[in-house]
Amino acid sequence: MSYIWAGMLLLAVVFSAVNGTGNLLSAAALQGAQSGIELSIAMAGAICLWSGVSAVMEKAGLTGTLAKVFRPVICRLFPSARKDDGVAQSITGNVCANLLGLGNAATPLGIQATQRMSRYAPEGEASDEMCRLIVMNTASIQLIPANVAAVRASLGCAAPFDILPAVWFTSVCSVAAGLAVAWLLGRARRHD
Amino acid sequence: MTDYIIPLLLLGVSLFALSKKVNFYDVMLSGAADGLKVLLSIVPALILLLTAVHMLQASGAMSALAKLCAPLFDKIGIPPETAPLIFVRPISGSAALAVGAELMKTHGVDSTIGRTAAIMLGSTETTFYTISVYFGAAKIRRTKYAVPAALFADFMGFFMASLTAKLFF
Repeated sequence: MSYIWAGMLLLAVVFSAVNGTGNLLSAAALQGAQSGIELSIAMAGAICLWSGVSAVMEKAGLTGTLAKVFRPVICRLFPSARKDDGVAQSITGNVCANLLGLGNAATPLGIQATQRMSRYAPEGEASDEMCRLIVMNTASIQLIPANVAAVRASLGCAAPFDILPAVWFTSVCSVAAGLAVAWLLGRARRHD
Repeated sequence: MTDYIIPLLLLGVSLFALSKKVNFYDVMLSGAADGLKVLLSIVPALILLLTAVHMLQASGAMSALAKLCAPLFDKIGIPPETAPLIFVRPISGSAALAVGAELMKTHGVDSTIGRTAAIMLGSTETTFYTISVYFGAAKIRRTKYAVPAALFADFMGFFMASLTAKLFF
């Protein structure tokens, strides 16, 4: 992150020297810092509300209920889930936590699943099913993007959740595309 | 339709928790307190990153990047203004939030660009972070095709976000 930040500042200084916009730069720095805290405060209410709701979903066992629904699909996508119940449980938990936007719950379960799946793969090498799990976790399958909605609401948007259908459609397409590419690349490798 | 998703979800979760005999009000309070902690942990990052983002914007670097990407992005229908967001999204979640919020603010939350940025943020993840955490924990060194497949999914997300922002509104 240090390099990214330094890089952004370097770019800003170089560009402002070239464009002759140096007079705006110091004001922009202070304005940026201010809008950082403004955005944080404006989002605070929505984030707290949502993380309260998330805690209830977790405590009430909603992930467990959802897990039953998704289990058959997950067993199809992840072969080792069929023979190893531990894998099946951590993957379903991971997927359901992701759907509900419980990032804190999803990550440890995903790590657990990856570790268990590595028993069925050559040491230090990613298996096809691990790549599929990675795609599902990097493509975001979150049903309610609460943080984005919080930003939109903080900017005075009247209907911060009106992007939901678009987000769902986009997510489905990106997960499907990721899985398709994973499948193609996996096949290409086996034929080599 | 979308007007009722959140109210019904709030009600539904509460009733579900009641039926499971969970003292959900207390759980919700402690969850909200946790939310405050999470927020506190990202506030310093947001302040620093928005400082850098504002400087980039004032210096003209942002619009230069947009101009640079414009020929390619226009061809596939992605608004070139979202280029900075697309580049930081897979690397850093808080930087993406900062850039996205700035896009929504300058172009308007309900503009096509603002909506595209919001949909992009909502339907993608911090890809490199996730890959390094998962594979790091499982001691996987040869990641095979995980990175290209995940990045392709991201690209599809950016592309579809631009499309749905126009089609769905």
